[in-house]
Order: sequence, then C-alpha cells, then structure tokens
Amino acid sequence: MTPEDWSAVRLTAQLAALTTLLLLIVGTPIGWWLARTRSRFKPLVASLVTMPLVLPPSVMGFYLLLLLGPQGPVGQLTQALGLGRLPFSFAGLVVASVLYSMPFVVQPLQQAFEAIPERTLEAAATLRAGPWDRFFSVVLPLARPGFLTASVLGFAHTVGEFGVVLMIGGNIPGVTRVLSVAIYGHVEALEFEAAHRLAAGMVVFAMVVLVALYMLSRPTGRAAQAAR
Amino acid sequence: MIEARLRLPRADFLLDVELALPGQGVSALFGPSGCGKTTVLRALAGLERAAGRVALDGEVWQDDARGIFVPTHRRAIGYVIQEAALFPHLDVRGNLDYARRRTGAARVALDPVVELLGIGALMARRSDTLSGGERQRVAIARALAAAPRLLLMDEPLAALDAARKAEVLPYLERLHRELALPIVYVSHAIDEVARLAHQLVLLERGRIVAAGALCEVMARLDLPTARGEGAGVVLDATLAERDAQWQLVRLQVGADFSLWARDPGLPPGRALRVRLLARDLSLACEPQQGTSIGNQLQGVVESVADDEHPALALVRVRVGASPVVARLTRRSAHALQLAPGAPVWVQVKTVALME
Repeated sequence: MTPEDWSAVRLTAQLAALTTLLLLIVGTPIGWWLARTRSRFKPLVASLVTMPLVLPPSVMGFYLLLLLGPQGPVGQLTQALGLGRLPFSFAGLVVASVLYSMPFVVQPLQQAFEAIPERTLEAAATLRAGPWDRFFSVVLPLARPGFLTASVLGFAHTVGEFGVVLMIGGNIPGVTRVLSVAIYGHVEALEFEAAHRLAAGMVVFAMVVLVALYMLSRPTGRAAQAAR
Repeated sequence: MIEARLRLPRADFLLDVELALPGQGVSALFGPSGCGKTTVLRALAGLERAAGRVALDGEVWQDDARGIFVPTHRRAIGYVIQEAALFPHLDVRGNLDYARRRTGAARVALDPVVELLGIGALMARRSDTLSGGERQRVAIARALAAAPRLLLMDEPLAALDAARKAEVLPYLERLHRELALPIVYVSHAIDEVARLAHQLVLLERGRIVAAGALCEVMARLDLPTARGEGAGVVLDATLAERDAQWQLVRLQVGADFSLWARDPGLPPGRALRVRLLARDLSLACEPQQGTSIGNQLQGVVESVADDEHPALALVRVRVGASPVVARLTRRSAHALQLAPGAPVWVQVKTVALME
C-alpha cells in the first residue's frame, strides 16, 4: 500500500464518520417526525428522503454540482458567507454524503420510533416526564437498536459511495480521493494488484459490517416485541 | 373536588359534559364502548385537548377562557390504562423509580406502595415476564409512586380474564380504603362499578345521562343500568352480629332493616357493601310461611317500570330509607296489583357481599 492509498483509507473513514454523526443529528428529528406525524406532507417528505435510493448517483451528483457550484443558489450563499465553494472540497463531499446516505439512517430510525407505542410515551408523560425527558428516558433506550442499525448502515453506505463523490469531489489526493475513487484510478491505470488490495479490503469490511448488523438486529426484534 | 367542563366533536357525536366529582372516593364513568368516557378521562389528564375547563381542588389545569393548559407532565395525576404500558427497558423497580424520581418535593416512600399492591417479590423482574394481573398491579403502584393527587383509571381490568380480575380487584378495593386519594374509574362493566364506585356518572353518546351517589343512580328504573343481568341496588351495611352455629352474619342496613348473609370472616362493626340483584328479589303481598328464603323485608312500592323484555317489569320498593329493585314478570306484577303506595314483602334470595 502506498502512502496515497493510506491517505484514501483515512479520508474515507473521516468522511464516513463525520457523515454518520451529522446524519444521526439531522436524521433523528426527521425520523421522529415521519414516525409520529399525521401531516399530509408526510408522503412528500418521505419520498424526498428516499430519493437517493432510486436515483442514479450521477443524477444526484449533477444537480448537487449545479446547486453548490459558483452559479448555484447554495454556492452563492456559501461564497457570500465567506465559506468558499463546496464542490471539489472535503466539506462538499460531506454535504453530498449526508444527502446521499440519508435514507439509510432515517429509515431505521423511523421504524424504531414507530415501534414505540404511543401509550408508552403517554405513560411517561403521566409520570411527570416532559418532552425532552421522555425522549432521553424512553425513546432513546427503546430505539437503541434502531440507532445502531442506522449508524452502521450510514457509515457503510458512505464508505461505499462512488458516483456522487466523483461528480462533486473529483479525484484530489488527500482532499476528495476516497477509497472507491482510488480503486477506480488503479483499475484505469491497470494497477490491478493495488486495486485488489483496496477492493478486497472493502469486501472484508462490508462482510464484517453486515454480519455485525445482523447479529445486532436480533435483539431489535425482541425489544420491539416487548414494547408492544 | 374535580370540576370539568369539556366539549369535543367526535366522529358521530359531540362530547359535551360537565362534571363535578367529589375529592374523595371512587367516581365511576360508566357507559357503553365509544360513549366518550375514555376521552373524558384523557382530557382530565391533558392527553387529549378538548375545549373547556378542568380544575382539581381549585387548581386550574385547563381554562380556555384564560388560555391556560397545563401539560400532562405537570399535572399531579396517576394514570392507569388497560394495557399497563410498563417500560419494557426497565425492571419493576426501575418502573417505580422512574415515577418517584420525577416527583420532586412530593416524593413518596416506595415500601408502602409496594406492600399495598403486593409486588415485593416482583421488584427485579422485567415487565415482559409478568402475568397480566401482576403487570396491572405494577402499573397501579407506578402511578401511586408519582405521588398523584388524583388517580385516573381507564378500564384497568378489561384486558384480564376472570381469574386475573379476581386477583386485582381486592387491590383496587384496598386503594380507596387505605389512601385518601380521589379516583376516577372508567368502566363498561357494571359489576366492577357496583363493587368499587361511590359516585356514578352515566355517559351515553358524549352526554351525561345521570350522575350521583351510586346507590341512588343504581336504584333508578329509567336508566340503562336498570337493564340487563347486572340490574340491582348497592347498599352500605355494617356487620352487626355473627351466628356461629350456621356460619351466617346479620348485616345492618341503615337504621331499620337487616339481612342475613354468609359469614365473610370479617370482624363485627366492619363496613361492607351489599349488592341485591333485581333478579334475586321477589315480591309477595303477605309474609311467606314455610319458605327457604331467609330474608323478608317489608316495604312500599314506589314505582313500576317496563323492563327490556316485554314479559318483564322492574319494581322499585322502598324498605326503610333504602330503595331496592326487583325484576318480576308483568303477569305477576299485575296479579299482585303492584302500584305506587302498595305495601309488599320483599324476599331476598341472594345477598352479594363486597368489601
């Protein structure tokens, strides 16, 4: 492994970790809202969140590029705020990854929240627990398996993204060259051995993550059952 | 004193009730499924937003006119529902502590509550390993651990089979006997109401049909409570003397009559509740000789009303100061020429004792 390959591994881990953290913060209220709302906008919001599952990454990347680019509304805003341009930067990658991995975090959270019966939360309210107290003392512990699933899926999916990264981040070593892009570069350059090292590592990583996930998701079923 | 004035449009009727319940004893909200009784209870708890006003002992919990709405977690209530809704991630002790930790200055000692509900042996158990009856007892204990000034119970026995009901009922009776805590009890089971309630509010399609002391409401012939197998009166009695030879006790009802019943094994002087079902009473113009009926009471007919089945009639008889209700065939009522003011003898076949 070359120092450049290691740099790609490090960058990928940083990107995935930061994205997962941001997604847990953003995805929790969205998942909660989707699980509890009776709003007629629910299908619309749910569809928006799910879009990255069905859209080709290149389509998302293309529009994000336009949106974040120097002429795009978000791009103009970030420049006006002195944040500079997001495309072809690590920050841009994070923004794109957050949007792209959103369904993988929001959906497990939403399902975990939906499995908590309304009457359990009402019981907490009648026992003097205010809204935040209820969230931390009842929702969090009961939805913990959902949070685990969401974290693992969000992290793993961000590690595995390629199309969006290429569109929005390009291939700048140490800045935006993540593992999937590095592998692509090795293959293009016919460096199959180097590509193998990274690709096999990814396969092992994916396998470990999924096995861990399925082992974790067994207690999910039991906790959900008990809550019912 | 619980005061409430609540209005809420429902799918097929308007809930519109005005309640004034005493600050002690058990007040039952009774009515068929879907009459709005659970909604009333939820509005008292602040779980449902109806228009109007709610106050407990002068402390206003809701007053739309003044823009006041105290959220559920700031109302000093205990709330028990059919499904218990224990926290599955906590054991029994954790469930009780959850309530107790959040009560601030009013913090109660858990031991008496645990003792009252008989759950000492369950403290380390997880809620999913409890039986239905145990779960319900823990739910009641948890509600009490929240140091409530008002206990709201929504059909706490409805999800239990007969054996589990019999297991939990005595604990409910102990509640009001040992705690000076007003209880509002929602039920559609007249047997539970007859056993537990002191006040009875009858609801039908979102409106109050009748409200008052249990004995008075149960003795009215014009109400749904007078229909069906559960029809009958509930009387307050005192265990006056014991007949050791025949294992019987004499129960003094009011000042002027008494009933013999099976010895419940309680000490003399003990206050008891007696239920006389309309179907267990028969009437005669003269005292009967050579009958197996041990209780014959002299009274005066107050009113006669049609029962559900056209062959049957309900007759209300005043015995001393207490009204009792008998169910007869209309032919018998006609043959005995029962009319208001007629003197009759009431024969009581069965006396159901309740603590």
